[in-house]
Amino acid sequence: MVDGATKPGDVEIKNLNLNFGPQHPAAHGVLRLVLEMDGEVVERADPHIGLLHRGTEKLIEYKTYLQAVPYFDRLDYVAPMNQEHAFALAVERLLGLEVPARGQAIRVLYAEIGRILNHILNITTFALDVGAMTPFLWGFEEREKLMEFYERVSGARLHAAYFRPGGVHQDLPPGLADDILAWTETYPKVIADIETLLNDNRIFKQRTVDIGKFNVEEALDWGFSGPMIRGSGAAWDLRKSQPYDGYENYDFDIPVGTNGDCYDRYMVRMEEMRQSLRIMRQAIETMPDGPVKADDKKITPPKRGEMKQSMEALIHHFKLYTEGYHVPAGEVYAAVEAPKGEFGVYVVSDGSNKPYRCKIRAPGFAFMQATDYLSKGHLLADVVAIVGSMDIVFGEVDR
Amino acid sequence: MDDALQELGDIIAAQLPQDIIDFVVDRGELTVNAAAPSIARVLTHLRDDPQCQFTALMDVCGADYPEREKRFDVVYHLLSVKQNRRVRVKVQTDEDTPVPSVVSVFNSANWFEREAWDLYGVFFSNHPDLRRILTDYGFDGHPLRKDFPLTGYVEVRYDDEQGRVVYEPVNLTQEFRSFDFMSPWEGMTRGVLPGDEKATTDEDAGDQAGEGA
Repeated sequence: MVDGATKPGDVEIKNLNLNFGPQHPAAHGVLRLVLEMDGEVVERADPHIGLLHRGTEKLIEYKTYLQAVPYFDRLDYVAPMNQEHAFALAVERLLGLEVPARGQAIRVLYAEIGRILNHILNITTFALDVGAMTPFLWGFEEREKLMEFYERVSGARLHAAYFRPGGVHQDLPPGLADDILAWTETYPKVIADIETLLNDNRIFKQRTVDIGKFNVEEALDWGFSGPMIRGSGAAWDLRKSQPYDGYENYDFDIPVGTNGDCYDRYMVRMEEMRQSLRIMRQAIETMPDGPVKADDKKITPPKRGEMKQSMEALIHHFKLYTEGYHVPAGEVYAAVEAPKGEFGVYVVSDGSNKPYRCKIRAPGFAFMQATDYLSKGHLLADVVAIVGSMDIVFGEVDR
Repeated sequence: MDDALQELGDIIAAQLPQDIIDFVVDRGELTVNAAAPSIARVLTHLRDDPQCQFTALMDVCGADYPEREKRFDVVYHLLSVKQNRRVRVKVQTDEDTPVPSVVSVFNSANWFEREAWDLYGVFFSNHPDLRRILTDYGFDGHPLRKDFPLTGYVEVRYDDEQGRVVYEPVNLTQEFRSFDFMSPWEGMTRGVLPGDEKATTDEDAGDQAGEGA
């Protein structure tokens, strides 16, 4: 450490290697972070990822397009439907398929539910990481209600497999839209409650303000997206700039931060939840009647009732669930504004019934690799805040 | 949309005549095929040129086409926030030829290139830290190659006697099944099935090819 001759009485200090995780409550899953510490200051952070690698991309290459959908739930298991959305859009682009207006509106509604699901988890666990327990308890009560909406529409709280190429699996059951609308009226109270605990909280601000700061240029260079780039002040949101599934018809604002620190990212996420509520209300109020999936018998399965009557429908059903549908050769990259940022799916089709290559571009992967850059020179405790504000879920980072 | 991309493709191809092989506009996406040795120059140009301004590299990935002489594609997805458009740059390489790393151009390339190395064995020259990233410590092989079996070669279990996790050759209780889905079901299969050539005249065959494209 010390240059030149050591004098008597000098203490030689060696850098300390610290293993953070993979079993640490603030590691958000299975992050193993090897930290080189100089005292309590981080010199170098080397994240070891891949402990949750399940080979999703390889598995998808061996499954039909429909069988690939549930794998997307298991990526970012905090907001499952948003991932399915990207895959559905990619396959629809390859097939040249139009989703009916009602199907699009249901997708928007559930994509926004997914955004709130994700932001509740991120904000409250982030607060937990920096010492606030109560938001976690309050937020998860609401999260459970949202997962109930997931369950009512798809039968599963988490692994929904609800957004499918061509539309959504089933129409909303009766009464569900009203219940969601009623929930959007009660939820702002909970946001306000959480804000009273955190916004002006001295400890929370000491832990987050000016921690993990970066500007827009740095964010772009590192391939950031979502709240990570909006927190630095760029109003970049794929729902506005490259709208899909009719997002251009909804009236909502993009919140941006000014400082690009952990606190700003927290504030952006808080406001995004309010904007999501606005979109959800509009989606329910303007939801048209009609079919929820594309009317192409070679791609979307027939109704149960039809199958009892029509031989042709029965054959279609059998073929679609065994062979699946063949997708014209080509390649597309479809990206959605997932709650964490740009979630992209790059699908290469060779004209068969299985994707030839399916690359999943997870926003968290790009965030994670900047850990070293962002935490250099910060204290150990700040690493926790930085990782927390990045919104990392290992399902999507490791794939 | 497609016209603007066509125009952009023309501009890029004109500016970098030696480095760009060709470009395609398909389904509203611009794909530029570049020469592998000059990928760093191409991406630098796309980033800095005022007509391009692709300031963010969103994704780098590999793809394997074993029947080709240069079996790997390395695919770069760039995004221009200012112009609100995307471009895909592809280069080809084989198992032995390294592709120049673009970490010096975009910091975000670092882990994406590590991933392509890990999963496909595409070597990136001048990469600052080309280690495996997603697979296990000490993993052997490159799992996303088409000749790598879906089930892999080894499996792990916790051994009570040794008190640690042990690796064993993979043991399948049921043989791996891969079905041939080429079927004559109407409208589903674009290729010609055995026997089909007798049923179609030359004109029909031409029409079918047009549909499939």
